[in-house]
Amino acid sequence: MNAEPRILRTQAEETLAAEFQAARTRLAGGPETAARREAAFAAFQKAGLPHRRVEAWRYTDLRALMRKAAPLAEPGAVPAGLPAVSAFGGARLVIVDGSYRPELSDADGLDGVTIRPLADLLAADDPRVGASLAALDDPLVALNTALMTGGVAIDVAPGASVGRMIELAHVTTGAHATQTRNLVHVGADASLRLVETHTGPDGAAYQANGVTEAVIGDRARVVWAKLQQEGDAALHVGTLALTAGRETRFDHLVLMIGAVLSRSQQFVTLSGPEAKIGMNGATMLRGRQHADIALVVDHTEPACESRERFKAVVDGEAEAIFQGRIVVKPQAQKTDARMMTQGLLLSEGGQFSAKPELEIFADDVQCAHGATSGQIDEDLLFYLLARGIPRPEAETLLVTAFLAEAIEALGDETIAAVCEAAATRWLAARGGA
Amino acid sequence: MLEIRNLHATVDGKAILKGVDLVVPTGEVHAIMGPNGSGKSTLSYVLAGRDGYEVTEGEILFDGEDIVGLDPSERAAKGIFLAFQYPLEIPGVATMTFLKTALNAQRRQRGEPELSTPDFMRRVKGAADRLNITQDMLRRGLNVGFSGGEKKRNEILQMALLEPKLAVLDETDSGLDIDALRVVSDGVNALRSPDRSMLVITHYQRLLDHIVPDKVHVLSAGRIVRTGGPELALELEAKGYADYQANAA
Ligand SMILES: Nc1ncnc2c1ncn2[C@@H]1O[C@H](COP(=O)(O)OP(=O)(O)O)[C@@H](O)[C@H]1O
Ligand SMILES: [Mg+2]
Repeated sequence: MNAEPRILRTQAEETLAAEFQAARTRLAGGPETAARREAAFAAFQKAGLPHRRVEAWRYTDLRALMRKAAPLAEPGAVPAGLPAVSAFGGARLVIVDGSYRPELSDADGLDGVTIRPLADLLAADDPRVGASLAALDDPLVALNTALMTGGVAIDVAPGASVGRMIELAHVTTGAHATQTRNLVHVGADASLRLVETHTGPDGAAYQANGVTEAVIGDRARVVWAKLQQEGDAALHVGTLALTAGRETRFDHLVLMIGAVLSRSQQFVTLSGPEAKIGMNGATMLRGRQHADIALVVDHTEPACESRERFKAVVDGEAEAIFQGRIVVKPQAQKTDARMMTQGLLLSEGGQFSAKPELEIFADDVQCAHGATSGQIDEDLLFYLLARGIPRPEAETLLVTAFLAEAIEALGDETIAAVCEAAATRWLAARGGA
Repeated sequence: MLEIRNLHATVDGKAILKGVDLVVPTGEVHAIMGPNGSGKSTLSYVLAGRDGYEVTEGEILFDGEDIVGLDPSERAAKGIFLAFQYPLEIPGVATMTFLKTALNAQRRQRGEPELSTPDFMRRVKGAADRLNITQDMLRRGLNVGFSGGEKKRNEILQMALLEPKLAVLDETDSGLDIDALRVVSDGVNALRSPDRSMLVITHYQRLLDHIVPDKVHVLSAGRIVRTGGPELALELEAKGYADYQANAA
């Protein structure tokens, strides 16, 4: 804890304070929500934008990198170029500039699923909003609580098997700030496949700071992917705070490919015994992009299994970061946790930083972590060249193979195909096949 | 076909090949034998154009053209195939994908149309069946979880599909039991043709019982020191490489 008072504020912090003052009376929510916003903003102001002396943010010095705060988005914009249907062939809930837009969404055929604008829950001071965040001490989460607009609340009834994939499409329309809040509650024994997509125009210096709270009921089965394909001048911060119950199966993938500066935070708490989760990541960066993945998996109950696989491909002068922490609480005996992270550097200037950590307070556990970083294997490359595959195409094959392990671990062919197509386009743009 | 003239090559700055002269006419199978460390694998990598294997003197003519400046993939497209002594595993690249990518990449470079998927599948199936390579192996990552013998068979499958003009087989017999050796040799013999030359590198004579060469060359200390017929292999088997190792020192 650092109790030193902060007096000097950055320009961005000043702007955020002014924006909160101007917006506080018109932000959605009942009296309790309003009080929570005030408290959250006070907490944010006390901490300020995170900087490199804040351990959890040490690789992403937002105070230095975020020079200006973009103005808050006005509601009602019409997104340009929204594809007619979801690329995943299922339902699509569209969130424009932080607000759920039912008229742009397709929520048909989702039996057992209740979808409401988050603004309705805020107006009713629904205590579930914010419930997953109590233990989090993160300035960007606090900022989101202070300024959150309505995203969407998805409730899956116990036992419901949702056959249609749901895409949660986050679209930003211009150079403004968005503060989306979503809530996903999956009942016991239910099953769900969800894909969050994050997109926006190239060249627009927008700032998206979203928070999704999720509670996965006992024995539920959830596949969840997040595809961060923001515009090339965007700043993206996204936080998932998720609690998984007894015997759940939860598989997650985060694909980080867009934005100039991005951070994806996943805080996962295994709150029931015998849950099995897989957390995966695939990062592809070029130019001067910076992408940071922060993961905390908290084993609080016995006999849970977690697998963490994070891969980063870095070209140009870009920088990829993975900070992963597995916590095993004293009562979480028989925990089986394995975390692996690998960086593949395609250029001299690219950087990959990894900080995997284990914090183990139980004695009967199996935990391991590993981190590697390297270039394309010259021996493998020669094998492909010697078979007549030209160098760019051979490199593409090897990079795709490198990422495939993380992408395929999600266990969903539809999502894998979309991710692999994105990877192929990315590689083609660097001169591959 | 293949003419190597006074070839000198270095690996990481160290001179390994010190004036190799070798001619393999079209349609002939030549064997290269020699003690360990004599430069056999180096010669095969220099022919394939591997990075780090630098030709410092001499030339390699393939169909009359000097190929020393060409990239490995360009040499492959011209019809040079190297069967690796130690085939590598590439997790995440399915064998089938690899074969198709390689075949079509070569066809593209030669200005030939790419093969349709059914056409390609038919060719793979035929060749794979002859080499006892299962569909399951083709779906797996390249060589991943393959036994030593399966990896060598997979090399011959690649050769069968790519139909090279010159095949260089680097110790294709190493690590094979007698049954696997027969399958691999039968696979190679099936590919002998008047249009195709082969350079069979081996340390032991036993492979040459199955793949009978037109000529045998002995490589020692980076030079061809003797050339003869198949009987030379038998002589080496009987006497060992002692005479040549003395030269190597
Ligand atoms: N990368 C390398 N760097 C330095 N020396 C090498 C390298 N590779 C092979 N050599 C040396 O080159 C010589 C020939 O090796 P090689 O061609 O593998 O022989 P062979 O295949 O006949 O056993 C050996 O002395 C070996 O130690
Ligand atoms: Mg050798």
